[in-house]
Amino acid sequence: MSIFADGMTDHITTIEGIRSQFPILDRSVYGKPLVYLDNAATSQRPGSVMDCLEDMSIRHNANIHRAVHALAAEATDFYESARAEVASFLNADASEIVFTSGTTASINLVANSFGALCAADGKSEIIIAESEHHSDIVPWQLLAERNSMSIKVLGVDDNGRLEIEKLAGMLSDRTAIVCVAQVSNVLGLINPIAEIVRIAHSKGVPVLVDGAQGVVHCDVDVKALDCDFYAFSGHKIYASTGTGVLYAKRAWLDAMPPYMGGGEMIDTVKFSGSTYAKAPHKFEAGTQNLNGTPTLVPAIEMLKSMRAASKETEAVKEYVYGSLVADGRIKLYGTTEDLSLKTPIFSFNVDGVHHEDLALILDKMGIAVRSGQMCAEPLMDRYGVTGMLRASFAPYNTMQEAEYFISAIDKAIRMLK
Amino acid sequence: MTLEEAKQGVVDNFSMYDEWLDKYEYLIELGKNLEPFPESKKTDDRLIKGCQSRVWLDCRTEGDKLFFTADSDAIITKGIISLLISIYSGRTRKEIAEDDFSFIESIGLKENLSPTRANGLVSMINTIKGYSTER
Repeated sequence: MSIFADGMTDHITTIEGIRSQFPILDRSVYGKPLVYLDNAATSQRPGSVMDCLEDMSIRHNANIHRAVHALAAEATDFYESARAEVASFLNADASEIVFTSGTTASINLVANSFGALCAADGKSEIIIAESEHHSDIVPWQLLAERNSMSIKVLGVDDNGRLEIEKLAGMLSDRTAIVCVAQVSNVLGLINPIAEIVRIAHSKGVPVLVDGAQGVVHCDVDVKALDCDFYAFSGHKIYASTGTGVLYAKRAWLDAMPPYMGGGEMIDTVKFSGSTYAKAPHKFEAGTQNLNGTPTLVPAIEMLKSMRAASKETEAVKEYVYGSLVADGRIKLYGTTEDLSLKTPIFSFNVDGVHHEDLALILDKMGIAVRSGQMCAEPLMDRYGVTGMLRASFAPYNTMQEAEYFISAIDKAIRMLK
Repeated sequence: MTLEEAKQGVVDNFSMYDEWLDKYEYLIELGKNLEPFPESKKTDDRLIKGCQSRVWLDCRTEGDKLFFTADSDAIITKGIISLLISIYSGRTRKEIAEDDFSFIESIGLKENLSPTRANGLVSMINTIKGYSTER
């Protein structure tokens, strides 16, 4: 009995093989082939993930960890197998993996639970990178408001590089935590997390990594990074929506109070007082996403095989980066001499052209891109813009699509200028 | 030109184009040709709420008639507001208040905009209608 169809992705060695796993890529929009370049918002799902979700619903639907019947045992088995798979994927222990509904929920959990520890400990400052997504800003602002803490901002330079040389000077014994994305959802640059952690730890300050984009493009080893928390969403790595992960060092999970109370997170409940389950279950109150969470297993398998198979991904990235940088009309945000530090997330503006107009015209050409603030308003303010256009590529995007995208931008600019 | 004739004119112009890209090209031209809007009028009270791009709408009255001018930082949005102005500017309060703006549906504009932009279009219409009932 396995819903994790073994070896389904074994034959993936070419981009055609990869594309064949994602049924949606065959569809068209406005009579034109779909070119999906909004992968940083959400990725598409392979058949193996949809099969898993369907099979969980059709054959194994039961609430986990509770009943003694067969279906409950199966559902629990799949759910906990997913935890083991995610742990292995991140080089963590299964007891350090908390399932959530996504990155936002993971960060809110830390801001509330770990935040309470920090407040009780008299910590009064939170350091957040200027390039963070709202989901790694607002939970900390809420914590700061509740506890009269203040937010300090670690800046980015004109090219999008984090000014980590300023970090050491910002840290003090008042600092509660440093919050930084491994990869900004706008800039697409891989931040030097291990170095940031080393600097923060030298002053005894823990680090939370928003891995929503990082996990998509980097091989993540939480032991090597030595970060205290790492959060990501399943839907950006081809799993079902409403799945999410929080990795936290075991010592923190043991020390942290529960975030939400309810079923499953308890040990005993008396009106005189309750005791709680051990981590990670202490943080999984209420009925979990028991059908969706097991899809992390085929999703991670797909991610790994695409990384191993796709030679085209790097070529696509280099071609798009080179084309955008070479175009004098285009201002690309997040640039670097070393392309190994750039992920295929490209945010840019065209002088004298509104990003929304560009997105609208590209849409009618069959190209799905994002325009606007990308949930990073402080970063938009940093660069003095109302928004940007973002194209984000996945391993299933071909060189032909990249070339079509570059020519479509040129056509759209000529229409709009 | 009556209000009905003005609306029919827009519907006819739109129907000349089969492809949505061509329709956008037409809206872009309209946007580019919209009469200049003074910077001093780009104030928050003239900003239409609910649009992803910024849209300013100004209304001037002459007797019972309303005259609209507008601007946007996005050119397609500017084309859309230009189209609305070409139909509704210079009409009486009664004409605008009683109009159902259903010509928007007949040119398929709303369906072909992203949900956020469709909301913006609704906001533009509501703002124009709002002026017709203001005393």
